[in-house]
Amino acid sequence: MTVEITVGEEFLTAALSGELDHHTAAKARELIDARLERHTPKLCILDFSRVSFMDSSGIGLILGRQRAAELYGGKVMIKNPSRYAEKIIKLAGLGAMILPEKIKMQ
Amino acid sequence: MKTVNKMKMIIPAMSKNEALARSCIAAFAAQADPTVEELSDIRSAVCEAVTNAIVHGYRDKAGDITLTLKLTDDGCLYIKIADKGCGIEDVEKAMEPLYTTAPEEERAGLGFAVMEAFTDSLKVTSKVGKGTCVTMKKRLIGKYE
Repeated sequence: MTVEITVGEEFLTAALSGELDHHTAAKARELIDARLERHTPKLCILDFSRVSFMDSSGIGLILGRQRAAELYGGKVMIKNPSRYAEKIIKLAGLGAMILPEKIKMQ
Repeated sequence: MKTVNKMKMIIPAMSKNEALARSCIAAFAAQADPTVEELSDIRSAVCEAVTNAIVHGYRDKAGDITLTLKLTDDGCLYIKIADKGCGIEDVEKAMEPLYTTAPEEERAGLGFAVMEAFTDSLKVTSKVGKGTCVTMKKRLIGKYE
């Protein structure tokens, strides 16, 4: 699992790449949190485009970042999850955090 | 219903083995010619059970996880994942969505919910101090459609 972080003026994008399980989530969490704390972006986008596998550890990762962002008034959105990742995200009741298609294109 | 093939693997409870377990089981399931979606469901369900054994059963201490697989001629995959860890006091409560004993590790409490949603049947037996056994059945209809 690798995480590529891009920081804009009011947002931060963390592009996750690889398989997201309990083992790899720990490292991703560390990488993202270090930058979240430093930049405190209004919007943190977790880009799932290149996540090839995910289990409920991915939900823990999303909720954990959401809690971290809430501490300073930020929020988290999910970009482009695969059909399979989306199934788990919706099962967890987090469907509303997925960015709509139109915004994704920009 | 005849057994077409079976497999047994024993792996130490290390988090890097989560990937190994789901890959091996997906390889075993592949002989029944499942759909990509079925394979994905199996990989997620297996990963949840193995992670539970590591995080909750053995609480990150050493121990073995035994995975037993059986494929039957009606296209059903039976998966048994057993540990000899601390066991679960109240299985019913543990299976409630969002219930977790490890929130500080960012466990979402959805392991059993994923296993239940992604397989056709799920049975959990556990004895405190003896361990936990998760049995799942997944019907692979990919081949028969």
